[in-house]
Formats: sequence, structure tokens, C-alpha cells
Amino acid sequence: MVLLQRPHILLLLIGTHQFLQCWIAFGSVNEEGQKQEEFSEELLLKPLPDHKLLAHFHFQSSGPPSTSNGCHHHLFPKAISQLVQKFRIKEMELSFTKGRWNYESWGGFDPLSSSNAKPPGVELWAVFDVPQHHIDASWKNLTHTLSGLFCASINFLESTATYSTPEWSFPPASGNVTYGTLPCEAVCTENLTPWLKLLPCRDKAGIALLLDRPSLYRGFYHSQQLHLTSTGSSSEGIDSGIILEQTLTVVLQPNSEMAIEVHASEKHIQPSWSLSSIFGKQVSGRCVLAKPSSVYLLLDRGLPAANGLTSENFWSNPSFELSANPDRIFLEESSSHSKSLSILYMFQVEKYCESEPFDIGLMWKVPVAWLCQQTPLHASRFLMGSGNERAAIAISLKSTQFTEGFMSANSKDGSCELRVDVFQVVPWYVKVYFHSLRVFVDQQPRAVSDIIEKIHVSPSKDKMSPGVMEVVLKLPCRVNTAALTIEFDKGFLRIDEYLPDANQGFDIPSAIISFPNFHASMVFLEDDSLNKSPLLSKFQEKCPVMSYTEVLLVPLTTPDFSMPYNVITITCTVFALYFGSLLNVLQRRVAEEERFLKAKAAKKTGRLPLLLSKLSAKLRGRRLEPLHSPPSSSSFINSKLVLKVILVAGLAVGWQYFFS
Amino acid sequence: MEKVKKKIGSFSFWNWVTASIIFRLILIYFPKNLNLSSRPEVSTPLTSFRRLAEGYWLKQSFMSPYAGSMYHGSPLLLSLLGPLTINRIEGQPNHLLYSLVSVIADVVSAMLIRATGQNLRLAYLRSLESLDLVKQIEVSGDIAALIYLCNPFTIVACVGLSTSPIENMAVILCLYGACSRLIPLAAFGWVIATHLSLYPAILIIPVIFLLGCGPDSPPRKLFLQRHQQKEVLNQSKLPPRFSWGPVIHFAFWAFLWSVYVLVLCGISLKQFGGLWEMFKSTYGFILTVEDLSPNIGVLWYFFAEVFEFFRNFFLIVFHVNILFMILPLAIRLRHRPCYLAFVYVAICSMLKSYPSVGDSALYLGLLGWFVNELADMQFSLFLFCGYVGVSLLSPVMHNLWIWRGTGNANFYFATAMVYACLQIVLVVEGVSAMLNHDRKLRNLITGKPQDAKS
Repeated sequence: MVLLQRPHILLLLIGTHQFLQCWIAFGSVNEEGQKQEEFSEELLLKPLPDHKLLAHFHFQSSGPPSTSNGCHHHLFPKAISQLVQKFRIKEMELSFTKGRWNYESWGGFDPLSSSNAKPPGVELWAVFDVPQHHIDASWKNLTHTLSGLFCASINFLESTATYSTPEWSFPPASGNVTYGTLPCEAVCTENLTPWLKLLPCRDKAGIALLLDRPSLYRGFYHSQQLHLTSTGSSSEGIDSGIILEQTLTVVLQPNSEMAIEVHASEKHIQPSWSLSSIFGKQVSGRCVLAKPSSVYLLLDRGLPAANGLTSENFWSNPSFELSANPDRIFLEESSSHSKSLSILYMFQVEKYCESEPFDIGLMWKVPVAWLCQQTPLHASRFLMGSGNERAAIAISLKSTQFTEGFMSANSKDGSCELRVDVFQVVPWYVKVYFHSLRVFVDQQPRAVSDIIEKIHVSPSKDKMSPGVMEVVLKLPCRVNTAALTIEFDKGFLRIDEYLPDANQGFDIPSAIISFPNFHASMVFLEDDSLNKSPLLSKFQEKCPVMSYTEVLLVPLTTPDFSMPYNVITITCTVFALYFGSLLNVLQRRVAEEERFLKAKAAKKTGRLPLLLSKLSAKLRGRRLEPLHSPPSSSSFINSKLVLKVILVAGLAVGWQYFFS
Repeated sequence: MEKVKKKIGSFSFWNWVTASIIFRLILIYFPKNLNLSSRPEVSTPLTSFRRLAEGYWLKQSFMSPYAGSMYHGSPLLLSLLGPLTINRIEGQPNHLLYSLVSVIADVVSAMLIRATGQNLRLAYLRSLESLDLVKQIEVSGDIAALIYLCNPFTIVACVGLSTSPIENMAVILCLYGACSRLIPLAAFGWVIATHLSLYPAILIIPVIFLLGCGPDSPPRKLFLQRHQQKEVLNQSKLPPRFSWGPVIHFAFWAFLWSVYVLVLCGISLKQFGGLWEMFKSTYGFILTVEDLSPNIGVLWYFFAEVFEFFRNFFLIVFHVNILFMILPLAIRLRHRPCYLAFVYVAICSMLKSYPSVGDSALYLGLLGWFVNELADMQFSLFLFCGYVGVSLLSPVMHNLWIWRGTGNANFYFATAMVYACLQIVLVVEGVSAMLNHDRKLRNLITGKPQDAKS
């Protein structure tokens, strides 16, 4: 009653409560029923067919929409929330990648590979919630902020010549995407450290403890990503909830010494590994701030089938041995694309502690071989032609075992078509002739209009914008190979536009080949606990199937960098020679003409020179000589000289006066 | 050089014309092997056939032909020649029709050069007669036409699918119209030539002289002196004074044609960027040397190497260099407007931002008009050998630099430099020889001993 009578006390109490909220330990339930800031850490391990191991770290922080907290956060990194609010980012993804994803042996048709296989270097795309004409400014500021945050040269993406806006062929996002890549960016531990700083436990506890730099960078592929999604009504900035996903995907070669010791004779056996053998560390308990903290072991779709694994016997497996007992086992729901199913073993890190660290090992008993599920067509890109004047880019698509299966499944109706989207950005110094686009299907040249359903081109402008080509191909399902070639001229740059190592060449960013008719997803049974795991719920989403092609290195002709002074002086000399000699020819008088002119000039001598010559004669104390006699010419020239000197002096005085 | 030309002239004119046409037609069937259309000597960013095709493709796909920095030519050229860039006849090479158009343009230019040369010769004979200095004069029109047709530069530019035969034709049309006093034709040629490549704009001065005073003749002063000697002043025998009538007529027609051309351009670019975009990517592109791909000029390397903050200064200096020489030349050579036009064309092709061999072909062809006057030009053998040497060395250096990677940009630049020097020598010596020729004429009239030779 007292409270009701005195509303200001109530307000005060609420205010104090909200202030105190900042100090409440993590895990307490907010009384307003608001969603809590959450953090999850997960690690997925997946043996790959070519004796390698994929480790996928997935950290997710979510900052729910909170009007009460203002710009204060418990777990969510403040730098990121400020970034989102300042630049009104709807969605953004930044990836640092070293190495190339091997689509043939590591697969391309599962959620893991289609969202984590990235082009080498830095890739950044963002969707802004700002009017069209503000996008360029937002992008510029964003690149500068990110380059400060991650110690990388992302700010090179600020100039309009480096980023582009794909219209429909960039599947991860649609509408107003701004996309830029830096293929030549070197990715190193200095980029990882700021990335780890965004985690609440850094790399001091929990799964992130495994991120041992030497073993990470020893891998074949290393991709570190930051994905931001801001949800809710973002028109008022602070009202939006933000989900920050940080993933790190590495492909490592497990130390195969163990396997060699055990089965020296067996070369085909998969190497056995354990967390401590690949990362050199063990997990000593979870990060206390992380809600789900779990480690998964994923056996790929092909593997259990090749292994004779069935749903009855996967608890006690004859072909391999796990060093730790899984807490749960998930089986994939049957999908349309494949008969065999993948199996997921889950380990909860919460059970382990400092004294009893978590370590999981996998020991293969019998050799197994399987294939990862591949993209419908395997894409690769290469350069054609020689010399430094012109060349051609070729994108070749080859059918994989998947297409054969797909084709046999769809062969009932004769007119089956496979849609392929190609998105290619070229820098401006690669001057593409779009009219030279050729299409080859099964090595036969085909009319462009037959195969290309839709094409969107924005040609490059020198030093202004890159060239963008978006193409939709409709290929027959039975296609074995298809190729797209396009010719280009290599540009010539000014000397200060070349990179410091000009002879290394320039990079053409990866093309993105996507298959909009296909979606990769993994749906696991026993949904109740899946809702809690962000990683697995992400797997359930339908993600577009796409693959990146190789980065191309184009050598460009270089001028001589040591020559600017020589070139300037020689060229100017030649032009001066031209100017001087032509003027000389034009005003030259030969002997008799000259005499005639002199006589004329002498007749016309004005009063002033006469006076001057008189004056000079007086000054010298001599009698004025007649002007027409030969010696007078010298005095005449003298007077001319005096005139000139006076003129120059006058000019100088005027100049001095004017500028003082 | 002159001797060679005389030798050519002694053969039957029409045989040579047919031979050169047949030679072109033969070459058209082997362009893939010769790869002339991608040579830097032939296809500059302004005259390249592939860029024309790209512009046409962009226009066909409902984009502005100037989107991207590929096409920098005229929109009219695009509508006229663009359709010829794609395959029209099955089983024939793509560029067949286009090459035929360039061959026709070459032949038309040669015929116009011939007609103009004959005009010039008649006028000159008449003026010499009035000075009582009748002497044998070579049929310079035939020689000039043959030089133009059989010049390897012209053949290469024609077979290499560049647009320079058409640009040259416009320039020659302008001079022909002015010489034969077809004022609308002269205005049309001048407007089209300026529209296509900007530099022929300065030809307005020789055209005005041509229309005002008639074609080349010895200096007017000589006639006066001659008549003073004879003590009779026969006004009918004097060359006409400068008359403003035809010039105003020309200005009117030039205005009319340029409005017409601009309207046509505006119509063809209506749904894109309009006229301003056209000016920016044609004239703007010419004036601010943006494309630094190698050509036979020197400016590409200069602007690739020069420091950024000096760039604008040197752009101004090099373009003003062309303009600076206009006035002194016009004063000294005002009685010989056709020769003035030749000198202007030569200076432009030396100093222009994207020169090609087509430009050289034009001024070498025009040089043929003046074989009589330039008979005792100095260094003609040196120039001839220089041209041959440069045209052999330049592809070699380009190949070494671009294709083999064993050479250096400096070697190719050196040949470009030598080529520029040769053109300088040609211009300077040509002007000097013409002035000496006038002195010689005066000495013949005044009866002074021949000490005037410099």
C-alpha cells in the first residue's frame, strides 16, 4: 500500500533494481521475462576421407533486445553491439581464411562445408538497414572499424573499386548486399587474438582452451568467421537483438604415429587421434558462462554405410573405439538425397573438471573408405592464354557422383534441368569483354542464349568500380562438363598503383558457383534437446549449396619502376626540341631578308631608343654617333639591352610590390 | 623517298589501285594468323574493333555503351558499324563486312585525295602561269592517292579492323570539300572528323584559308612584286583577296551539321546517360589520358611514370603544345592552306594521346600532294629508313616485353621515342623545305642569285 501511494519510491526501487541487475551473477532469471544474454560453445569433430580431421568450433553469443540495459551487456561483446547499432547492420559476415577447401575430398553438400568453406583471404559482406545512398558511407566506416578491430587491412575494401553489390546470385543473403574480398590478405594469429577477445572466457577456459596457435596454423585449411545477425525492429537501433556467431574451422592432419606403430603394414587405415594429440591440450571443464558446452563427433553420411554401421550397433562399434563414452547419440532423419545417414555422438563438457580433463580419442580398428557428399557440379576456374596483354578466364563445371545419382533419380521426365548461378567479380584492371562470353557443354560450343537463362553485367569502370557478372545457367542434367570462357585485356597501371611486389601479380577473387535448386541440411532425430544447441539447429536450417572457385593470380606487365625521372626528362626534351626547332624554322630569315628587315627597323627607330642612346652617349662623355654608321649598331643593341633590363627590373619591382 | 614515289607514279594508276585492293582482300582472309586487330599499333582504345563490339553488345543488352571504360567512340559509329561486328553471314569470318567497309573507306579516301590533288595542281599551275614560271609539274594527286593506298600503315590499319580509315575519310572529305568549294561537304567532313576524334577541330583554320583565299599558291607578295616589275597591275591575274562570304557560309553549315550530329547522338543515347556522358567518355577520355596501355605514342608511358601531382600540369602542357604551334604556322603558311592542313595533321598525330598507324597513314598520304614543292627536302632518305626501321623494331620490342618477358618497357618506349623524333624531323624539315621553296620562287621572280638556300 505504501508503495502504491508513493509512486516515486516504486520508481526508485525499479531503478535500483535495474542498476543492480548489472551486478547479478550470470544465470539469474530476469523478472521482466526478457530473454537472457546467452553464450554457447561447441566443437564438432569430423573425420575426413583423406585421413584428415575437421574441427569446427562454434561460439554463439546472443544479445537479446533490451531497452532496460541500455548499452550495457553481461556477456555480449560491447564492440560488436556498438558496431551493429552505429552502422545499422542487418547481417554481416567476415571471414579470414588460409588455405583452400578441398571440395572433392572434403565434400560440399552438407551444411558444414557450404557455410564454412570460404575463399582464401578476407571475405566480408554486409546488409545494411540504411537508405541506398548511405550504403557506401556505412560500408566505408564499417571496413575501417573492422580493420581496427581485427588488425587486418580490411580498410582496403573501402574504395568503390573493390566492392560490389550482387543482385541475385549471392545466396547467403538477398537484397542490398555489399560484398568485398581481399584474396591476398595473409591471415595469422594477430587476427585470431582479437577474435578470441570477443569470447567471454577468451581462450582461458572451456573449449576455446584447445585453440593452440601452432597446431591451428599447421593445418591445411583454417577459416575464422564472424557472423552477425540483428533481429527485431532495428529502426530504433537499440531495440534489436543481435546474434553473434563465431566459428573457426580447421582441417588438420592427425599425427599418424600411433597408427603406424599399431598397423605398420596397413596404409589405408585412418589415423587415430585424440584431442590432446591434435591440439596438444585437453579441455579442463567448460567455460562457466557457456550454457551448452558440448563436443560432437560427426560420422559422415557415407561412413556408417561403408562401415556396416546400423542403428542397432552404433553404441558398440566394431570398427573404431572411442576413448570417452558419448552422452547421447543422434541419428539423422532420412533425407531425400541420400540413403545412408550420418551419426552424431555428443559429449557434454560440463561433467569434466580440472582434475579430470576431457579428452576424446578415436582409434580405428579396421581400414575404412568413404566419400563425402559433393556439390552437384565440381567447379574450378583457370586462366587461358599467355603473355601479358590479354587472356581469358575459364570456369569449368564437372559432374560429380552426386549428379549421376540425381540424374538417375530424375531421368523419368526427359527435360530435366540443372540451374547453376555464377557470380564473378573482377577488379577493374582486368578489362573483360563481355561480348566474348562463350559456353561449352560437353566440350561442344553452344549458343549463349540456349544455356544462359539470365545474365546481369555491370562493366568495370577504371579506378571506379569492379566488373560484376551474374549468370544463371540452365544445364541439361546429363551434362558431363560445362565451361564458360570470357576474354579480357590486362590493364596497365600507373607506377604508384602497383603493389609493393608488383611482379607477384594481381588476384582475381573467387567466383561463387551456387546451386539454387539444392539445399543442404542435416536434421537429427530427438528434437527436444536440439533446440538448445545452436550448432545443431543451424544444421537444420536449409542452407544454400555453393562453392568458391580458386583465386586466380594474373601477372600484369610492369613499367620500369626506377625510370620516372628519365622518362619525364627525355620526353620533355624531345617535345622541347620539337617546339624550339619548329619555331626556329618559322622565324628564321636568311641573309638578304635579314638585311632588308634591319634597314626597315633602322628607319622606324622610335624616339625612346634614340633618346636612350643619346643619354648613354652623354654618360660616356662621347659625342653622339650617327645612328646609321656601323658602330652605332652596338650602341643600338646596348640601348635595347638597357630597355630589357629596365623592363625586367620593373617587372621584379611590381612583383615584389604585389606580393608584399 | 621521292624517287620511290615517282617510280610508283610511272606505272598505271588503276593497276596499282586494283592491286592494293586485291592485296587487302587477300589479307582479310588471314586475320586470325596475323592478329592485326589486337596490335597496339593498330588498335588504340579509341579505334579498337573489340571495344566497338563490346560497346555494341552493351547497347544491345540495354546498357549504356559507355558503362564501364571500354568503348570511347562515337554513338553514331556504334549504330552504323556496330551491327557489322557480329556474325552476319554463316560460314564467313565475323568481321568480313566490317573489313569490306574499311576497304571501301580507304578507296573512297584515295579517290578524294586524287581529286583534291588534281584540283591543287590545276590551281597551282594557273598561279605559276600568272607568274610566268611555267614548269613541269608531277601529277601529285595520283601519287598521293597511291601513297595512301599502298602505304603498309594504311593496309595494316584497314585489315586490322580499326576505325581509323573512317576517321581519315572524314578528314579527307573535309579537305576535298574545301578545295573544290563544296561548302556543305567541307562542313560535314569537319564536323564528323571532329566528332570522331576531336583533334581535327584545328583543321578549321586551313579550311577557312582554303575557302577564303583558294587553294595553295605562291605568296601573294610575289604577285605584287611581279606586277610592280612589269609596271602593270593586272587585277585579274592576282590571286583573290580574302573573302568572308564562303567562310560565313561554312560557319553556318558547320553549325547546322553539328546540331544535326548532336541531335542524332542525343537520340541514340536518350535512354542512357545522354550527351554529357558521351562527351565525358569520348572527349574527356582523349584529353585526360586515362588508358595507359602501350601504343606508338609516348604519352602512355609518360603518364604511367609521372608523379600524380604533376599529372594535370603535364596534361595541360602537352595539349597546349598542339595549340601553341597553330598560330605561327598559320601566319607563315597562310598562302598554302592544304600544306598547313598536312602540318596540322602531322603534329596532331605526333602529340595526340592515343596515336595509331592510321594517323601516320593519313599525313603520309597528304604529303604526296606536295612532291613538287618538297623535292629538295633534307633528310628524306633518313626519314624513310627511320620509318622502316621503327616499324620493324617496334613489334619486336613489344613482343619481347609483353609476350616473352625478356625485354623491358624501356625498349618499347625507346622505339616510340624514335618514332616521335622522326615525326618531329619530318614536320620541321617539311615546313623548312616549303619556306625555302617560296624563297626560291621569289628569287626566280626578282632575278636575284640563288644565295637564299639555307
